[in-house]
This record gives sequence, C-alpha cells and structure tokens, in this order.
Amino acid sequence: MGAVAQTTDATFEQDVLKSEVPVLVDFWAEWCGPCRKVAPILEEIAAEHGDKLKIVKLDIEANQKTAAQYGIVSIPTMNVYSGGEVVKSITGARPKPMMLKELADFIG
Amino acid sequence: MSSPAQDQIHNVIIIGSGPAGYTAAVYTARAQLAPLVFEGTSFGGALMTTTEVENYPGFKDGIMGPELMDQMREQALRFGADLQMEDVEAVDLTGPVKTVTTGAGDTFRARSVILAMGAAARYLGVPGEQELLGRGVSACATCDGFFFKDQDIAVIGGGDSAMEEATFLTRFARSVTLVHRRDQLRASKIMAERAEADHKIRFAWNSAVTAIHGDAKVTGVTLRDTVTGAEREVAATGIFIAIGHDPRNELVQGQVTLDEGGYVVCRDRSTLTNLPGVFACGDLVDHTYRQAITAAGSGCAAALDAERYLATRHSAGAPNPAAAVTAPADEATAQEAAASR
Repeated sequence: MGAVAQTTDATFEQDVLKSEVPVLVDFWAEWCGPCRKVAPILEEIAAEHGDKLKIVKLDIEANQKTAAQYGIVSIPTMNVYSGGEVVKSITGARPKPMMLKELADFIG
Repeated sequence: MSSPAQDQIHNVIIIGSGPAGYTAAVYTARAQLAPLVFEGTSFGGALMTTTEVENYPGFKDGIMGPELMDQMREQALRFGADLQMEDVEAVDLTGPVKTVTTGAGDTFRARSVILAMGAAARYLGVPGEQELLGRGVSACATCDGFFFKDQDIAVIGGGDSAMEEATFLTRFARSVTLVHRRDQLRASKIMAERAEADHKIRFAWNSAVTAIHGDAKVTGVTLRDTVTGAEREVAATGIFIAIGHDPRNELVQGQVTLDEGGYVVCRDRSTLTNLPGVFACGDLVDHTYRQAITAAGSGCAAALDAERYLATRHSAGAPNPAAAVTAPADEATAQEAAASR
C-alpha cells in the first residue's frame, strides 16, 4: 500500500514522463541525512494520496544521467512531473504539513 | 479529534531530537515517566548532516552522525519513549500544566516540558543566496558534495563545521576556497591543521561574501576584503555555508527568558529555566561548547531535573501519576529542590 517505488535511468521515461497522473520524484542518496527525514513523510503521502499523485524515488548515485539531465545539485530534491514536464520543484526536507501545502495543487 | 495521548496529562514532553532530546528521552523513559517526544522535521538534529563523528566517547573508530542518532533514537524507543515525528507549532509553558500544540493542530498536556530544539544553520543574507539555494548554494556538504566532482567550490566560515566541510569536499572538488572574515580560524587546532595541510584547500583570509552570482546555477561569489574594502570575484560552482548557528527559540520567545544571543537562560549549572517545570538543554542553551557529548550530558541533566521536579510536586513515589491533577504545589519550593540536587 502506497509503497514508494524506485525509478532508474532506464525506466524514468516510462515511470515518470509517460505517466497518466502527476509523479513526484524524490532524488535521494544513501548518505544524505535529510533524505532519511523526508522518506517516511513521502511514504505517508503516497499511502494517503497515491490515487492522485504517484511518488517514486531515484537514487542519484546509481542514476546520474537523469539527475544531471534535470540539473540536480542538491538533495533531497522533489520534482513533480506532469505531462513529461517539471511543474514543481522542492529542495530540502520539510515537515509533512508543509509538504502537503506545497503539493496542494496535485493532491488537493 | 482527540486521542488517548491528548486526553492524558503527561509527566513530561520533550521537544527536540538531537543528542540532548534523545538523551533526555532515554533517562525519563528509564525513570518510567513515559515521555512524549516531538522529534520534528529536524529529527536527529545537527548530526544528521555531519559525516564521521570522531570524538563521541565509546566509538573508538568513529561513527557516522546519522548512525549515532539512529542508535540514540532506538535506545529511547527501547525504554518506551513515545516518539512523534511532528513539529510543535505553539506552547503555553506557564502554569502547572503546560500545553503543546503540533503543526497538525493537536494539543497535548504535560506537567513538565524539556526544551531541546537545538540551533539552526545561519545564512549569509546576501543577494543571490536564497535564489540559488539548491542550485549551487548548499548548507549540507555531505548531501550535495557529490554533485561537484572536479569543480571549484567555496566554503564560507572559519569554525569546525567549515573545516569539516572543506576537508570532506576535497574528496570531490578540484579546489576548495575557504572564505573567512578574519585572519585566523576559530576552529579547533586538529580541524584547522587538517584543513591547512590539505593541498586542495586554499584560504581567502579577511574576506566577506557580498554577493553570490549565477543564473540557473552558481558561477561565483564577490568577496570584499574586510581590511582594505577592495572587492574581487572568485569563480565557484558550489557555495557551502558554515557560518554558525542560531538557537531555535521561536517557540518560547516571550515565555522563557533568553539572553542577548537568543539562548535560553538556565539557573546556575542546572537546566532550570525561569518557568517552573520547564527545562532546557543542548544547543538551545549552550553557546560555549556545542558538542554532541555536551548536548547529551545536558539532556541527561534536564531529565534528572524534571524527574526531581515531578517527584517533589507529586510527592511519594507514584512514578506515573494518572490524569488527576493534584493541587498545584508551591512551585518555588519544587524548583529549589530540583536546583539543589
């Protein structure tokens, strides 16, 4: 339920760009403390709003091509893609209420 | 919406989750005070963005900051602390029963509160800084260093965190310029010597950042010589800011006495604040030492002070007095008793 799946360089187009619903991509890495903070919050949001907003995570160390393509130089960065375009970008961990507010357009 | 945790009057609520907050949680939980802990977004505190902690006693080979915090958290859980990953939005600390309201709007009550909110990283406040956050301006070297392989980086600051970040970033960077306002470092000798010995690190002394440049990404900074006033440009694609911290006192302003730096004032060597039943510890109080071990130590002291306070007010032993509120005892007396441990 609401599990946040992994996406990769190979599957990004299919998982994200061609998705019917908006997709939040969590750009993260194992060594990043703030990424650990935001991960459980994203799991909760995925469980609660998974029907409207799909949430996936992309390990930037294993998938540098996609991270570079979107100019990621800071993590966690959470980009929302709709119709193949970035429509929202959030950098840095936030508390859940603030995340919900930032994502209101998509899960409202 | 009301839950058992909201109906109950808790013995102690702990706000914060760095070494101070978790240590207070371990001690109060072991004392069977069933602490309710609001860990907040910054759970794990400042150590979550560090790399290796080499000076925490008991770990002879060092331990990663986040790993140390995980351990402390698990230790608090093991003794039954109720950990909530929520942010606290408001507190009312006056009176014998304190209230704590979360960001979700839920209110919790307790006879005592331990404040352990820590300190937040300071920003420069120069043009370009906020606009370029996440686009080359970073406050977390361990998170973002990876993106600056073979690039030129500037680290701003002269203390231990700046030295740690600069040294860490040499793993990735082609060069690291350490920008410091003065002509000597504030950092401890071991950290300074490590940075000075590193051939990838150069120093820009007597230099203050006046602007950060870049459009889609950072391209460089303007430095002003603090002695001559002359300005110069330094090219860099990454700017890491490590210029210190400010105590996170927003919640308690106007209730708890603060000093001119914004730190909570405690009585003598205790953790007692000006309000009975309110204790403070960690970086929220400490403008001198600011170490993981001193924060943990003061979290322990706050737990013992709170335990003493509760025991004095709710005499004779019931370790977990149920919801009934006893008549307010003489608060001054209870505070004195706690102070004289």
